Amino acid sequence: MLYRENGQFKTTYAADSQILPIRQDRIGMALLLAVAFVVVPLLSSEYLLRAIFIPFLILSLAALGLNVLVGYCGQISLGSGAFMAVGAYVAYNCQARIEGLPLIVSLLAGGLGATVLGVAFGLPSLRIKGLYLAVATLAAQFFVDWACLRLKWVTNDSSSGSVSVADLRVFGLSVDAPAARYLLCLSFVVVFALVAKNLVRGHIGRSWMAMRDMDVAAAVIGIRPVQAKLSAFAVSSFIIGVAGALWGFVHLGSWEPAAFGINRSFDLLFMVIIGGLGSISGAFFGAAFIVVLPILLDKLPYWTGLPMDTATASHLALMIFGALIVFFLIKEPHGLARLWATAKEKLRLWPFPH
Amino acid sequence: MGPFIETLIGGLMSGMLYSLIALGFVLIFKASGVFNFAQGAMVLFAALAMARFAEWIPKFTGLDGKVVINVLAFVGALLVMVVVAWLVERLALSKLVNQEGVTLLMATLGIAYLLEGAGQMIFGNDIYKIDIGLPKDPMFLFEQTFEGGILVSKEDLYAALIAAALVAGLSLFFQKTATGRALRAVADDHQAAQSIGIPLSRIWVIVWSVAGFVALVAGMIWGSKLGVQFSLSLVALKALPVVILGGLTSVPGAIVGGLLIGVGEKLSEAYLGSLIGGGIEYWFGYVLVLLVLLVRPQGLFGEKIIDRV
Repeated sequence: MLYRENGQFKTTYAADSQILPIRQDRIGMALLLAVAFVVVPLLSSEYLLRAIFIPFLILSLAALGLNVLVGYCGQISLGSGAFMAVGAYVAYNCQARIEGLPLIVSLLAGGLGATVLGVAFGLPSLRIKGLYLAVATLAAQFFVDWACLRLKWVTNDSSSGSVSVADLRVFGLSVDAPAARYLLCLSFVVVFALVAKNLVRGHIGRSWMAMRDMDVAAAVIGIRPVQAKLSAFAVSSFIIGVAGALWGFVHLGSWEPAAFGINRSFDLLFMVIIGGLGSISGAFFGAAFIVVLPILLDKLPYWTGLPMDTATASHLALMIFGALIVFFLIKEPHGLARLWATAKEKLRLWPFPH
Repeated sequence: MGPFIETLIGGLMSGMLYSLIALGFVLIFKASGVFNFAQGAMVLFAALAMARFAEWIPKFTGLDGKVVINVLAFVGALLVMVVVAWLVERLALSKLVNQEGVTLLMATLGIAYLLEGAGQMIFGNDIYKIDIGLPKDPMFLFEQTFEGGILVSKEDLYAALIAAALVAGLSLFFQKTATGRALRAVADDHQAAQSIGIPLSRIWVIVWSVAGFVALVAGMIWGSKLGVQFSLSLVALKALPVVILGGLTSVPGAIVGGLLIGVGEKLSEAYLGSLIGGGIEYWFGYVLVLLVLLVRPQGLFGEKIIDRV
């Protein structure tokens, strides 16, 4: 009843091509942003910010980046953990080696570092695709894991192999408090989500989707496969790299290469698939699902009152996780974003569906 | 010359073990077009089952005699793997027919999580031992030809022999038996196979059971080498490049790929490792595969079914 577009006429081209064409959606988005920027940091406890909101935001950013590659361009990648690692370590080296470099610049430099690697490991995609490409991207994962562990230069010769950052400042303001960290991540996420949304609506995004749907046909109508694929790899790994830098700097503070291992890559792929391939909102749904689910499962023995030791609980969590993935793939292969879209369609006609 | 041959032989042995796991991937991919990421989890699951059965059987039945117990434990674990195969087909794969390869890949990742969780919950998560009586002492060969002889681990040698026997047995099974022919028919063309009366779902259960059997043998050998623990499921990641290098659809490819990567790893570690800090083994296979893929996208022995971009 409330969610209906009757009477909203578009009289300009600008109105016709806006991101959210329905007024209620725009109001909803404005409310969501207001809640995210004002209410959440004011009301949530430190634990909530640290354990849920900050990882959720950073992982959504990474999932967003991966979705550009997997969902929009159809190139499967199992090496996203490596791109996150490169982002984090490049940003770290910028901070550690260049005196007085602003934090934002370092984070973006991390993204650029990941872009270079992404394009390099994207080159095989010009020859191979599908499962073979997935294994080729695993090469990136293992190589980067090794480099971060063994090449002393990467960790700035730290003896333990772990690196840490302290005293983060943005524009002269300290971002040590969880709320400040949260806001920093949120700003990054909002900006990148907007950029990504506009990219996929524009001609670059359309060339990605054309490559995904049928590469030969796309080439015939004049889309250059090399440009389309490599640009997808570049954009995707840039975003993932920035997310990796944020993960290291803002969420972890100090980290080891294991933080960006192959499990991280799998997690990101799960987020994209469960959230919904080829949708921006899907990245957020997927990340929320993957971040919140383990926390809920951890609490399960506490709520049900069943005596359960931590090992059993974690194995149970693993099982439920696996079962849910299979369940989702069977029931809704297009992910949570599709469920959301269906719900909205239904809502538009409610309460008179005919 | 001595150290070189020693490294070479070591590489061949570990390569044989990689092939053993790679074989599981190839079997399932050939027959159902599913790239089974759960192979590692199956290795872990099977090894855990066998290790625990070997512990439980003497405790509850009072049997002794190492051979009897090991055989019983092996059979028990094999039965468990058949049940797993049946469940996988029933609950997951049959519902995902006609989905894209990527979706199936994701599903097997989910199955992998399930198996890892279930295996450790049912069978426990400590480090267990499998003792199938492989000799642990090394032996020396060609002591006359080379100074000091060539050191070969007997354990590795037996493991490689078992792996070779398994491969030969599987080839016979695929070539000579009716079931083997049916499996090959399904691999060739699902629809044609179905139309001449081969039941697809039963074939898939069989394939997954055979893959479970291979996983069990792999788990047994790796488990007796390294102990049965969670890291066994990561061994599969080492076998991935082997599969791709040999070609996803080729059983001989899995063997040759495994040998190549095993030898390459050991030789590069021995001769290049010190130059760039060691640990080359960790990524050697993957980088080698990356280079090979650029030249031969279907792998060394794969069928040319890859659509070229």
